[in-house]
Amino acid sequence: MFRIVHKRQLSDAVFEMGVEAPRIAEKARAGQFLMLRIAEGGERIPLTFSDWSAQDGWVRFIFMRVGKTTHELAHLEVGDSLLDVVGPLGVPTHVDGLGRVAVIGGGVGAAVAYPVARAMAAAGSEVTVILGARNADLLILEDEFRALDGVDVVVATDDGSAGEKALVTAPLGRMAGEGTIDNAMAIGPAIMMKFCAQTAREHGVPCVVSLNPIMVDGTGMCGACRVTVDGETKFGCVDGPDFDGWKVDFEELMSRQRIYVDDERLADAEYSRECSCHL
Amino acid sequence: MSSVDSTGAEKPRHKASRAPRTPMSERPAKERARDFGEVGMGYTQEEAIAEANRCLQCRNATCIEGCPVNIDIKSFIGHIIDGEWSQGVAVLKERNALPAVCGRVCPQEEQCEIACVLSKKGEPVAIGRLERYLGDYDLACEIDHRCVPEVADPSGRRCAVVGSGPAGLACAGELARLGHAVTIFESLHAPGGVLTYGIPEFRLPMQIVETEIEMLTQMGVEIITDTVVGATVTLEELRTTEGFDAVFIGNGAGLPVFMGIPGENLNGVYSANEFLTRVNLMGAYDFPKADTPVWRGRKVAVVGGGNVAMDAARTALRLGAEEVFLAYRRTQDEMPARREEVHHAQQEGVEFKMLCSPVEIVGSDGFVTGFTATRMELGEPDASGRRAPVCVMDSEFTIECDTVIMAVGTRANPLLSNAAPDLELTSRGYIVADETGATNLEGIYAGGDIVTGAATVILAMGAGKRAAQAMDGWLKDLS
Ligand SMILES: Cc1cc2nc3c(=O)[nH]c(=O)nc-3n(C[C@H](O)[C@H](O)[C@H](O)COP(=O)(O)OP(=O)(O)OC[C@H]3O[C@@H](n4cnc5c(N)ncnc54)[C@H](O)[C@@H]3O)c2cc1C
Ligand SMILES: Cc1cc2nc3c(=O)[nH]c(=O)nc-3n(C[C@H](O)[C@H](O)[C@H](O)COP(=O)(O)OP(=O)(O)OC[C@H]3O[C@@H](n4cnc5c(N)ncnc54)[C@H](O)[C@@H]3O)c2cc1C
Ligand code: SF4
Ligand code: SF4
Ligand code: FES
Repeated sequence: MFRIVHKRQLSDAVFEMGVEAPRIAEKARAGQFLMLRIAEGGERIPLTFSDWSAQDGWVRFIFMRVGKTTHELAHLEVGDSLLDVVGPLGVPTHVDGLGRVAVIGGGVGAAVAYPVARAMAAAGSEVTVILGARNADLLILEDEFRALDGVDVVVATDDGSAGEKALVTAPLGRMAGEGTIDNAMAIGPAIMMKFCAQTAREHGVPCVVSLNPIMVDGTGMCGACRVTVDGETKFGCVDGPDFDGWKVDFEELMSRQRIYVDDERLADAEYSRECSCHL
Repeated sequence: MSSVDSTGAEKPRHKASRAPRTPMSERPAKERARDFGEVGMGYTQEEAIAEANRCLQCRNATCIEGCPVNIDIKSFIGHIIDGEWSQGVAVLKERNALPAVCGRVCPQEEQCEIACVLSKKGEPVAIGRLERYLGDYDLACEIDHRCVPEVADPSGRRCAVVGSGPAGLACAGELARLGHAVTIFESLHAPGGVLTYGIPEFRLPMQIVETEIEMLTQMGVEIITDTVVGATVTLEELRTTEGFDAVFIGNGAGLPVFMGIPGENLNGVYSANEFLTRVNLMGAYDFPKADTPVWRGRKVAVVGGGNVAMDAARTALRLGAEEVFLAYRRTQDEMPARREEVHHAQQEGVEFKMLCSPVEIVGSDGFVTGFTATRMELGEPDASGRRAPVCVMDSEFTIECDTVIMAVGTRANPLLSNAAPDLELTSRGYIVADETGATNLEGIYAGGDIVTGAATVILAMGAGKRAAQAMDGWLKDLS
């Protein structure tokens, strides 16, 4: 059992949670993820570390409420426990020697971007974080990013309610065009990563993306997380989750993410019906 | 002539019955193919005795040689003849920690039974079913009446076992028996390895595996799940910071292989591992009561011809598929699956398309709609001794289906070895170990599928047990 030691609501649908997991905390690195299962009968879902403390033995993650499991998770409180937490999984993000780098965090992708930007800055890179969201209410972690040493923050929202009224590709394209970045890393919805990689590529800037295929075990034994990179099949959980964005087949990724949409809707609807509290 | 049993006491001569092999009752194919209840019902006590009485109690019991772990088959069958159930269980457990499991899933027909003298006439003693009978007898006992191996005095040594499949479980059991403190580290949330996530309920009820594992914990074995060795903790740390004196690696060969043909990443294409894991481990058959979904095809193609392919095909039927067929590139004679499984699959309605090899999976809107295959014919025998399949030119044809399950093999998972650069591996990533299980690193042993490549439950258990004995010797030399 993994006790919940921290919970904070970041926006209407986004939560930060911390659990006691000393062995995992000791090993966690930026860009890696954990798999959790809330209770018997539950699904195993992957969530990226947003922070951790080896000393105090906890790891944190930030999640968006999108379906049954994340709904259930949002209902848990400090003192409750998760049945299973396993990690750290995946290859850590490459953070060294990136020079001037733009880290793009779209929506809940900002959660993943946070430790990545922090680690890159600590490794001596000049980091500009581009935070994007549909509107100001959905923007998360802006203050935390601003508090990081060596990190600049640019905000873009679809409706202009915070920062500039634009998609994240606008500031990215500008910086890449002006030659003020050497590298980019995009984390967020597949469609956003696709366009970021495309924009960066137009200017010859390498762009790493952190992919989020559906997973079951997260350790390489099922192949649910297959993605095509440069024409080759890779397992997202063990070969990634980071890949060269220029080479990822995003259409396939997006298609594979949709396989269970009907089932997921059913599970969530059943859950909401049973669930007494209302969202 | 009279036979002498292990205590040296004279027993009246056993007169073997000449009755034909006692059949084991099975649930009717129509009924069982729609649920996950067990197919074979096991012998009743009368049936077990009748079958045991067919055994000649040979002076030169050739059957024993046929068993990879050399169970004293003659002796356990002798105990059944005499109605001495517990003694029979004890004989089994000397060599095999999980008789209820092996009695069900061992390829008996090509091991102990083929070596039985009666097999010349095509009617060997049903050794596997008798083993299952005793295994089940033991499982049905209250835990404190069960045959729990005697545990030696604590040695003061601590051993770590990586992986809780048959190799790890057998190793842990033996180490515990020898008095060592044992901790198993398992990456999944449930122990059992393939027994839990792979082999379906209708062949091996989960309850059996759980009860066997419970017994290990009774013997003092600690099981820590959710721990990936190579990620959560490294092999080296087990020896250093975690303070284990010796380590056994039984992490299996669980990385699924795909064919590398176009269309393999379409929705509806599964590895057998994913399909079976979703259903068995995650309980997807019970969706939405359990949270994990599985794509329920109406027309399902399974590619392969081994036990894994049979399990996947029969599982697809049970999830409600209207049609399930198997595409195999050789013929039924070359199929590596157990004959019994092939037979059961056919009875239940799985269709076999032989000499057929997919070359491309086709789809629309991201979902599978069928595959193109070529016809094959059998050529000269290959390295495996089986006749090699060869493509027939211009023989391509298309088959419609909405699900394709790839059961074409597995490989070693590099998660553990990537984080252990000094561990010696074969060119294909398997761990190099000698017959005692010793690797090139001192105090580190390995066995099961990770050493041999995908094999069988009994071989994995045998390797785990042998390694435990070698580890015991090594630990004794330490002090
Ligand atoms: C490596 C990785 C890191 C991730 N990190 C984060 C994170 O830090 N924060 C966050 O909010 N989300 C993250 N995700 C996505 C998160 O796992 C899904 O949102 C979550 O599984 C949804 O579960 P659900 O039951 O609530 O929703 P569902 O209704 O089951 O699904 C909603 C969406 O989530 C996707 N999804 C469902 N099950 C899985 C699964 N087992 N694996 C992957 N995707 C799934 C589906 O494609 C669907 O689009 C990450 C995914 C991956 C692969
Ligand atoms: C579907 C299917 C049907 C089969 N049917 C039969 C049959 O009828 N008869 C038969 O004899 N054989 C059968 N087999 C083969 C048999 O199951 C295997 O040969 C046997 O299970 C191998 O045992 P093992 O202990 O080496 O590995 P496994 O059973 O694979 O167990 C390995 C364990 O280690 C864990 N692990 C892996 N990596 C790590 C890590 N880094 N850290 C911690 N834990 C880790 C895994 O999660 C797993 O629990 C079948 C196999 C499959 C897949
Ligand atoms: S373990 Fe397998 S081979 Fe050995 S006696 Fe039992 S069924 Fe036969
Ligand atoms: S060889 Fe056959 S008949 Fe002889 S002892 Fe063994 S099981 Fe009995
Ligand atoms: S999630 Fe199973 S192999 Fe990646």
